[in-house]
Amino acid sequence: MDKSITLPPDEIFRNLENAKRFAIDIGGSLTKLAYYSTVQHKVAKVRSFDHTAKEAASDKLYEISVQEEVTARLHFIKFENAYIETCLDFIKDHLVNTETKVIKATGGGAHKFKELIEKKLGLKVDKEDEMTCLIKGCNFVLRNIPHEAFVYAKHADSEFRFQTTHPDIFPYLLVNIGSGVSIVKVESEDKFERIGGSSIGGGTFWGLGALLTKTKRFDELLQLASKGQHTSVDMLVKDIYGGSYGSLGLTGDLIASSFGKSATAEKEFSKEDMAKSLLHMISNDIGQLACLYAKLHNLSRVYFGGFFIRGHPVTMHTITYSINFFTKGEVQALFLRHEGYLGAIGAFLKGAEEDNPNQYSWGENYAGSSGLMSVSPDMNPMQRARSGTFDMLEMDRLERQLVNLPLLQDPSSYIPDTVDLTEDALAREYWLYCFEEALDGVVKRAVASQPDMPEAAERAEKFRQKYRHKLQTLRHQPFAYGSLTVRSLLDTREHCLNEFNFPDPYSKIKQRENDVALRYYQKAVKSLEKLSWEERQFALVRGVLAVELKHFYLVSIHNCLFCLFFPSERPWLVDCYDQWFERIKGPPHKCALFFVDNSGVDIILGVMPFVRELLSRGTEVVLASNSGPALNDVTNGELQILTEKIAAMDSVIQAGLKEDRLTLVQSGSSSPCLDLSRLDKVLATVVRERKTDLVIIEGMGRAIHTNYYAMLSCESLKMAVIKNSWLADRLGGKLFSVVFKYEVPAGRPSLDSTALTPS
Amino acid sequence: MAFNGHQRDDDIIDEDETPTKQPRSSKEMPGLCRNEPNNEAAAPAGRATTDRRTSNSTARHRKDSLKKSRPPFPWFGMDIGGTLVKLVYFEPKDITAEEEQEEVENLKSIRRYLTSNTAYGKTGIRDVHLELQDLTLCGRTGNLHFIRFPTHDLPAFLQMGRNKHFSSLHTTLCATGGGAYKFESDFRTMADLELHKLDELDCLIRGVLYIDSVVSSGPSECYYFENPTDPDRCVQRPYTLENPYPLLLVNIGSGVSILAVYSENNYKRVTGTSLGGGTFLGLCCLLTGCSTFEEALEMASQGESTRVDKLVRDIYGGDYESFGNMMSKEKRESVSKEDLARATLVTITNNIGSITRMCALNENIERVVFVGNFLRVNTLSMKLLAYAMDYWSKGQLKALFLQHEGYFGAVGALLELLHPS
Repeated sequence: MDKSITLPPDEIFRNLENAKRFAIDIGGSLTKLAYYSTVQHKVAKVRSFDHTAKEAASDKLYEISVQEEVTARLHFIKFENAYIETCLDFIKDHLVNTETKVIKATGGGAHKFKELIEKKLGLKVDKEDEMTCLIKGCNFVLRNIPHEAFVYAKHADSEFRFQTTHPDIFPYLLVNIGSGVSIVKVESEDKFERIGGSSIGGGTFWGLGALLTKTKRFDELLQLASKGQHTSVDMLVKDIYGGSYGSLGLTGDLIASSFGKSATAEKEFSKEDMAKSLLHMISNDIGQLACLYAKLHNLSRVYFGGFFIRGHPVTMHTITYSINFFTKGEVQALFLRHEGYLGAIGAFLKGAEEDNPNQYSWGENYAGSSGLMSVSPDMNPMQRARSGTFDMLEMDRLERQLVNLPLLQDPSSYIPDTVDLTEDALAREYWLYCFEEALDGVVKRAVASQPDMPEAAERAEKFRQKYRHKLQTLRHQPFAYGSLTVRSLLDTREHCLNEFNFPDPYSKIKQRENDVALRYYQKAVKSLEKLSWEERQFALVRGVLAVELKHFYLVSIHNCLFCLFFPSERPWLVDCYDQWFERIKGPPHKCALFFVDNSGVDIILGVMPFVRELLSRGTEVVLASNSGPALNDVTNGELQILTEKIAAMDSVIQAGLKEDRLTLVQSGSSSPCLDLSRLDKVLATVVRERKTDLVIIEGMGRAIHTNYYAMLSCESLKMAVIKNSWLADRLGGKLFSVVFKYEVPAGRPSLDSTALTPS
Repeated sequence: MAFNGHQRDDDIIDEDETPTKQPRSSKEMPGLCRNEPNNEAAAPAGRATTDRRTSNSTARHRKDSLKKSRPPFPWFGMDIGGTLVKLVYFEPKDITAEEEQEEVENLKSIRRYLTSNTAYGKTGIRDVHLELQDLTLCGRTGNLHFIRFPTHDLPAFLQMGRNKHFSSLHTTLCATGGGAYKFESDFRTMADLELHKLDELDCLIRGVLYIDSVVSSGPSECYYFENPTDPDRCVQRPYTLENPYPLLLVNIGSGVSILAVYSENNYKRVTGTSLGGGTFLGLCCLLTGCSTFEEALEMASQGESTRVDKLVRDIYGGDYESFGNMMSKEKRESVSKEDLARATLVTITNNIGSITRMCALNENIERVVFVGNFLRVNTLSMKLLAYAMDYWSKGQLKALFLQHEGYFGAVGALLELLHPS
């Protein structure tokens, strides 16, 4: 074993100081190491001043403090077996705070390295069943990573089509193609059964391929196969029939007999052709068996994994082809983005059962994860060479358990994002450019947010490099973290900022803007009160929309004229105001769930008056804001303070809080966008308990980039101004076009418009 | 339809006696023979016996009407597969002296050539042990011969047909298998022969059912292996294929077809696999340098697959990985050709067993009949299949085999000549 290998360890074995609980999965050629660690990072906290003592000392609205917070993170590292010793040495040297006594191990190579691990780490190797680990890992990624599974389509614009994970991940079939093939039916977290298998698997390809071609490496064999012509080795239907076998619908190009043409001692066959034929033979065979088992057990979701698959486009293509052929499209071959980690994840989970890891939700940390590698062998053959590459996956334990919004019409078909940049090359170009352009500004703001810290500039520079590198990666591999979307670009940026301890670059700006806006609250409410009921309803909507255009509004706000500056005349790009107006003439809604957007004037002068009106109408209101910071979005912590302040000025809000008709909940998210399939469990409970019948989503990130097409099972209102000319153009409008989308689910007639108008 | 528009010249080709104007028997066996109105006037009465045990006088009436619809000799059925051509030939043994006299020289020569040899050219072989003697077909009694030669030698066969002026006999050559389509024009141009092409699965099923029904003496056509899971006690036993439906028919030729058969005319192709006999031979040729099925099988019988397959707990389909050990360089260098041949055979066979078992489960069928030339002199594969069916189904599935393994398609083609469906 090469001990001279030097690792860039800081970037690979991160947070090792605090690591506890190790697990290792050693396969035929790759080792996957897992550990649980705690990450200390800075978070911005807001706190009301203690009025009695400090009020005089500060003119600020509330106090912002940056605190250290400890969160949990799972680290997974994949490397070649050749590095095991070096890696173990490194771990031993850096492991300080652990009380761990055992390391969970799985995989065929676990016993081979048992002694080495025990000697180096001083940990007892505790072997876990391979299949159990695999299934546990599979359940974990399916449950926690939204774009985990994908369909592979070789010739499509985007090779990878990521699937929306069905809320109920069970039952499914897992076909693990290692040396042999195991076919496992998984019915629930703890119930699975190996229902079949085959001896013809990756080992057959490798072993037989090595015999036939004298090529030793698996990857080289695949390379050979991708260049070969199987038709010179295989006997096709047309070789027997001269054409197709019409009465059975078998086309002439179908393989009638694998290697049927090589039954001769007279001819030589090329390595490439033999490898290709072998690949087809094995892929078709496995695909056929998988289909037979899927049919027998009536399962439509079939996931493929194992080293035979592991991101290799050639095998994914041939397996997909085979499944399509044998099921005539009824079953789709699904692959997993983190397939290589399943065993390690499962082994880790086995060891961590006392921590109840399945009670939490976990999220992929884009900053710390390598993402799916480019797999096209034609595109970048060097990248496929495994040597020396370390692949990483990091999962953050989310403080809140995430669930579907109970009001989604069809959770299994819900896709948060409006545009899939993985498939839309033009859109991808544009947005990657935008984010790259905006990077300077983000860096400046990050530095400015920490004026007392001299090394902030250096950290900000590291952030810039990291995020720019991510953008470059995504330009070449848009599929790296699942479907590329504006949301994922924004989230990746937030993850990178957090990584370099810029937890909330906007905190001070938000503070200032909130402060300014609060001063105008009473004036705004008063001017609204003066309007007639009809006028007020429109003014409230315009209010929410207008403050969206903060830059314009801040100018006008000093003139104390509400809604003076409103750029777009009706009809708006999407204009359902009349329907909405008719609706609110009717009986009040039982309860409205309001997903809020920005701090400052938006929340205080736009949303709050709207909320006030709803409360006055007798509608309960649930205000959902981000759990953690993202851009200038108002966080739950900030909103608590702001609401208290407003309540002190406004009896309606005060009464609402007191009577529990106005509730503040956190969304569970720290994103400028909104994924309605991953929301705080408490929010879901409140929504259900209060029999919510109206969902209001405002802002471009939540109502345009995401959820524009989301179908809800109750009435919904999506409000936004399109502040991006390219997107406006895409949607058929101009810059600052207004979207006011009021939707009533089909089959539910909107209420009678002749109902009483409240006076 | 069966004659492809050829005008029959009974004076030349019918080896029966001079026409006699005897009354036709009303006890004619309907449906057994072709009854083609076009032929009626031209067809002379014959002296064929429908049943060997029937006395000449009583049989006389029957054979007359049989004769009129009976196709002229020679009677062939052909199945041109991807690897082998299977030929069945009916040799009439009830030829009278007059018939003999009138038999055209070409016909006589073909008959003598086929029946007096057991090998033809370098590669043609007559499976003497399969010959069915004293068989009555269409009122004639004779022997059914089973001949095979490699498909790549078809040009030589056509050349022989040309040399022997086969086309002058104006017979209908019923052929099935893909080659019937692929080589149709070669038959026409090289040997001046028109093929009557037949669907291979129709022929296969017809052939299986027919042969099973006519074989009464000698070793039972259908057999199975008793105690398949116990190598020491595993013995071949006859099986009566009465009331055979539904059955799964697995035809292992170059590739594999799996059919669910519910009655003679009601069947469907469930699936197929390209890993068949052709794969076994193709891989063996590449891995060992052998060139024939017999060689490959011989090596396989001497080999040991466990040196090739990985982690063998049970070669009959436990957890093992075909060729898994060959991922290691040292093991690749130490392995013998025999071991490789054995591993190939076991891999292909077990895979067929596995797919078959799944089909049987999906189709809810408990009887499986394995046919095809892959099983010829291949007891090893048959026992593996018997084991796999029994073991994995806990005794629910029965693997059945037929003596005439690969010839059913050709038999079906012959039957089509005699009694078109």
